[in-house]
Order: sequence, then structure tokens, then C-alpha cells
Amino acid sequence: MALTREDNSPLFAGTVAGTLRLIFYLALAMVLMVLDHRNGWIWRVRYSMSVVVEPVYRLAGLPAAGMRTLTVAFADRKLLTEQNQRLREDLLLANAKLNRMAAVAEQNQRLKGLLDTQRSLELNVQLARVIGMDLGTNQQRLVVNLGARDDIKQGQVVIDAHGVIGQIVEVLPTTSIVMLVTDPNHATPVVVERTGLRTVAYGVREGDQLSLPNVPMAADIRAGDKLLSSGLGGRFPPGFPVGEVLSVGQSQSGMFLEARARPTADIDRSDDVLILHDQAEPVGPPSPAAPVGPPASLAPPPGEVAAPAGARSAATPASTTSTVQP
Amino acid sequence: MNKQRLSALWVAGTLAFALLSMLVPLPGVLQPFKPYWPALVLIYWALESNDRVSLGLAFVVGLAADLLDGLLLGEQALRLCAIVFIVLRFRSRLRFFPMWQQTLAVMALLVNDRILLLIVRVFAGDALPPPSWWISPFVGAALWPFVFLLLDDLRMRLRIQQQ
Repeated sequence: MALTREDNSPLFAGTVAGTLRLIFYLALAMVLMVLDHRNGWIWRVRYSMSVVVEPVYRLAGLPAAGMRTLTVAFADRKLLTEQNQRLREDLLLANAKLNRMAAVAEQNQRLKGLLDTQRSLELNVQLARVIGMDLGTNQQRLVVNLGARDDIKQGQVVIDAHGVIGQIVEVLPTTSIVMLVTDPNHATPVVVERTGLRTVAYGVREGDQLSLPNVPMAADIRAGDKLLSSGLGGRFPPGFPVGEVLSVGQSQSGMFLEARARPTADIDRSDDVLILHDQAEPVGPPSPAAPVGPPASLAPPPGEVAAPAGARSAATPASTTSTVQP
Repeated sequence: MNKQRLSALWVAGTLAFALLSMLVPLPGVLQPFKPYWPALVLIYWALESNDRVSLGLAFVVGLAADLLDGLLLGEQALRLCAIVFIVLRFRSRLRFFPMWQQTLAVMALLVNDRILLLIVRVFAGDALPPPSWWISPFVGAALWPFVFLLLDDLRMRLRIQQQ
């Protein structure tokens, strides 16, 4: 260290000129600050100087960017290893699930094949929304949003994912009315899944139950039995779940057992229902052929012609409620 | 002549590096610990080469720092001017202090600088800074011996004569 140059730095007292210069610079800085604070034109200066300033920022940001790159590189190695491990486990799990699904699908195919041998059961259905509901004591009806415009016909069966809901009894242009299986006026031909016992399930007046009032005394039926539609009567296709037996007791007459069942379909919960398009093949005698005969001019007097027409109209209400005539 | 230009370049280079260091973004936790690099480098040059560092240089460096920092034009110019003025005024004494006393002096300078900054901020209508804001001068003082020795060593190696 040189001790020689002490002349322009006085040891104890500053010069007046130095203090004046300080005051000048401080005043300048203050003026700048006040101007900048009032007008904020430093941004304009910085904007015009961005060509110079921007590379400086880039340069200043380099160490941080480098650090970040390094940490990412090192962290990612660990992270990737973990991720790899997790993905491998996921793959194993997915494969296992897939195998099980394949087994289930195969089983499904087999079961479907079994069913197909009995009766082809491709469901041709139409999804409908429930838009109205009437669950009174005298009638239990739903209103769905499909009608004649959507090719809905009277007598079509309505199901949901769990079982039979009912059938269409009235078709309006854009809506139709469904009579539920629990309607007191409704009867469903059923078969007990366990024993194959055929019987009829009626709706009950009290509400959401089914009644099987004429089960033979000797019949094997007990609580928990599943009821499927039997397909008799030609209205409901066979094999759809209808209900589950809740209790079995004596009927009032004492000559039969009377079973109570709960419908399997979510009748008071479903918003969307399926309307079956394939109606079961009618069982029973074919409908009488249209009278083919001599032309109308040769027809006998009208009194005789009215008889078959009256018979046909009498058959129609019976088929709407699908009661099985024993 | 060539030697002089080299030394001038060296001084300018260290100052530019100090400005750059000031701008280096740090993680949020470390931000209050960042020392005021331009002040440290300027103090060094004010101590070691007296007639190269003047109030004018401090003012210009401060303006450049303000432009880069973008807070308030003239703020750092004011602060650096104040620091350099005090250093130049007591230069003869500061130079012959032992290192620990010099460090204390630098700490006093930096704390004074913080107070100045606080006054400016309050006048500008800013809120009072958090307590961690006061850590920076102490970090700067703690780093002072190393800055001093490093710059001194480099200066010796480059054989830059003090003017």
C-alpha cells in the first residue's frame, strides 16, 4: 500500500468543494426521483433502452436458470425412477384387470349363447325419460317423453336396468303413459326362478308391492325367491326380473298361499327407462283373419257382421293389461 | 497509457459485474440476504484508487443501477453518492484500519444506506419494509473482507497500479 498519495484526501476535514459537489449530486438525484415519482417516465426510458437492458437481464438470469436446469436434471432422475416404478405397477394392475375382464367377457359370451339357444334376446330398446309420475292408490302410472311420433305403440314393455317397470297403456303424440307392475289393475305372468313355478303377480292397492294371491298350498316358494317374467300371455318377454318375494302367508280364503313381492325395478327412482321394441311373439291362437270373402255388395245384412268385430274389441282391453287367462 | 486503459477497463468491469450481481434473481427465501454489491465494489474502489472514483462516477453507476432495477430513477444514485462521499471523506483513516474495523465501518455505511433508502421509500409513500429487510447490510459487511481480499488479489495479479 502506498502511503505517498495523501494530498487530495485530507485526513480530517473535507473540502468545501467536495461537500458542494455532494449537495449538487444529491439534489440532482432528488430531482430525478421526484420527477420519476410524479411522472413515471422511467418506464419510457427503460422501454427505449430495452435493447440494452434485456440482454443484461438474460445475463443476470443465467446462474439461476443454470441452477434450475441442474436441479431439474437431478430431480428428474429420481422422479423418473419413481414414475417408472409406479407406471410399471399400474401396468401390472391394468393387465390383471384386463385378464379378469376377458374372463368375464368370455363368461358373458357363454351365458349369452346359452340364452340365445333358448330365445334370441337382442334387446331392441329405446331410451325414454320419465317426465311425470302418478303413484296413487288406485293407479300407478308414469309418463315418459316418447310418443306416437317416436313409434311407440300400446303394449310395449318398459324396463330399467334391474327389471320390468310396466307397459305402455296409452300413447299420445309426444308422450306415453306407462302402467307400472305395481298398479292394482296390472297383472304380470311370472315364474319363480328357483322352482319354475308359474303364477301371476298383481299390483296391490297399498303401493309399491306385488301380490301373488293364488299360489298352491303345496308350492315351494319362500322369501327371497326371484320372480322372472314367464312370457306367458305374449306380452312380457320371458326372463326379465320382476320381483323378489318378501313374505309368504295364507290367503284370506285359506285355499292358497299368498306371497308378497317387491319389484326389482327402481320404480320410484329411475329417471331413464328403456322401452322394448321387440314385442314377444303372441302366444295363443292367431288373431282372426280379416274376412276375405264375397265383396261388400254381396254382404249379408249388417247385424251379422257386427259380431266378430265386437269379439275383437272385447279382446283388446284384456291384452292391454296382459292378464293371463288361466 | 495502455496500462491505464486496462486498469480503467478493470474498474468498469468489476462495477458492471457488481450491477449484474445485483440483478441476479435469488430464491424468495434468500432474497433479503442479497448484499448490495455495487456499494461494496464502489467502496473498494473508493478506498483503493481515490481519484478514479468520484461522486460523478457513483452517480452514473447509481443511475445505471436504477435503470436496470427499475424502481425509482435517482434512488440508487443518491445512495451511492452518499456512500462514496463518506468513504472519500474518511478514506485516509479507513484505509489503515485493521480489517475488522474496516468491516465495522462498512457495516455502518451499509446500515446508513438502508436508513437513507427507508427515508426515500417513506417519502415515496411505500409501506415500511419487513424486519428481514435489515439483514442485507450485515450480510454485506460479513462479505466485505472476502470482497476486499479478492479484489485486492486480482488487482495485484493484474498489476494495476493505483492512480
